[in-house]
Amino acid sequence: MPDVTRTAELGTFRRVALLGGIYSNYLALGEALRIARERGAEEVVALGDFGAFGPHPDRTVEILREARIPAIQGNYEESLAGGADDCHCGYTDPRDNLYAQASYDYTRLNTAREHKEWMGTLPAQARLGVGAKRVLLCHGSPRKINEFLWASTTPAPFIHKLLRDHDADLIACTHTGLHWCRFVAPGRGVVNVGALGRPANDGRPNVWLTVLEADGDAVRAEFVPVPYDHERLAREMESERLPAEFVETVRTGWWTTCLEILPARERAMGRH
Amino acid sequence: MSLPAVPLPRYPSSPLVALDTLWLQVAGTLCNIECRHCFISSSPNNRAHEMMTLAQVQRWLDEAKGLGVREYYFTGGEPFLNRELPDMLALTLAQGPATVLTNGLLITEAAARRLRELAEGTEYSLDIRVSIDGWDAATNDPIRGEGTFDRIMAGVARLAAAGINPVLTVTEACEGAASTAGRARFLEFLRGAGLRQPRLKVMPLLRLGAEETRTRAYQAWESLAGRTLTPAEAEALQCSSSRMVTARGVYVCPILIESPAARMASSLAGALRPFELSFRACYTCHEQGLSCRT
Repeated sequence: MPDVTRTAELGTFRRVALLGGIYSNYLALGEALRIARERGAEEVVALGDFGAFGPHPDRTVEILREARIPAIQGNYEESLAGGADDCHCGYTDPRDNLYAQASYDYTRLNTAREHKEWMGTLPAQARLGVGAKRVLLCHGSPRKINEFLWASTTPAPFIHKLLRDHDADLIACTHTGLHWCRFVAPGRGVVNVGALGRPANDGRPNVWLTVLEADGDAVRAEFVPVPYDHERLAREMESERLPAEFVETVRTGWWTTCLEILPARERAMGRH
Repeated sequence: MSLPAVPLPRYPSSPLVALDTLWLQVAGTLCNIECRHCFISSSPNNRAHEMMTLAQVQRWLDEAKGLGVREYYFTGGEPFLNRELPDMLALTLAQGPATVLTNGLLITEAAARRLRELAEGTEYSLDIRVSIDGWDAATNDPIRGEGTFDRIMAGVARLAAAGINPVLTVTEACEGAASTAGRARFLEFLRGAGLRQPRLKVMPLLRLGAEETRTRAYQAWESLAGRTLTPAEAEALQCSSSRMVTARGVYVCPILIESPAARMASSLAGALRPFELSFRACYTCHEQGLSCRT
């Protein structure tokens, strides 16, 4: 269970922007912060996994720290701060784990010690209000930092239980890389904010951020596409000798790795 | 004068952290084949657990809904022997994702089409998991029966033609399947069989049921007696987050339904308690990280 004593209270807002796994995509992060401002977000919160997958992990952390973006830990921050040997991503397939390890080793080697220490100071979860609703922000799920909440395997009865057990109206999470939401009553449900670091396995190179907005007594979730200079990111990944499969995903928008963890429905939507 | 007490072996327990997964033994122990490694010795004549009815399944689903169950698995025996399976799946898919474990022999074109309709009629995942024990008849048939390899692959082809991408499950009875090279060979074989996104699950063997005769039974040292598990180790076991229901009640897991002592209650609510890991198969789950989930 997450250490709930490490839950940040962020206040109450009308409109907030939430950033899923950034995976070292500092170019998309810059664009996302600009779009969030344009959209009138009163606060922007990052839900963990700043590193992995992309190049130069420190650049992402520097932008987050410079802009004083409130952030919670993902499994990456927990692992990097704790000096773990692997990312604890939660994959079960050997090929998935091979790529996850390559990604973690690169990120660990290229993240400054000072940034790792900062990651260790981040809370595990955060709470904020959107209008009248209480939102719990977590990385994987409220009960486990690396649990995958997919659209097709997070059914309504389970959502009711999570909301009850964790005393929230709305749970916002990331970790899967795919954005979706399911409301079980007005303003009550789960919003997976998707990922800012990697496209959504839909054949489009853009990534996504999520805006939560008070809507009367309810909350509306809007998934906002974030176009960015993905070709530049791809070239930088190549010069850093990151796996060609990762670069292909950046260019094509189709996932090439970490596929075995996908449920049947989500797997069928992708190319590989 | 009292005799000195002989200490009984003590076993660790696994807590039920949350009931995430509900297994339904919809075909009981009835199967159209008799695999030589079956840990519950399913066969055309094994009536240890009878088939479940649609009404029974509905009752379990109702209780599961209130408990916030996350996912459902259908097994047997051979689930497609139960004529009410499609209706059971329709009820289930209205409240969560479902996976069917099958030997694939009864997947006709009509059955595959019906599965496709069910998958399209829900917002949740419907997954079909087909068991096979080798990449050719020479490896598979000695385990699953003469002629089964071709029939299994015909069922897989019908699923693929209907737009359903099954998971293939292979046990370590297929030598080398768990190795990196073995997995690669299997995936290549499945690609060759027309699966664009081949999916594979490799399972360790359980030395129970028919497998006791094919190879050997568990030995005395294969036990968790006297062991202590850390909370993380205990929570990694599938019994910390799942239960199995059969026509005879609630069991701790899909593996132990032949052990009367593994029957926990007649309702799910009565089975939400820790379970003492005193069975030999518990050793396999712990040591090999076995989970029957996909």
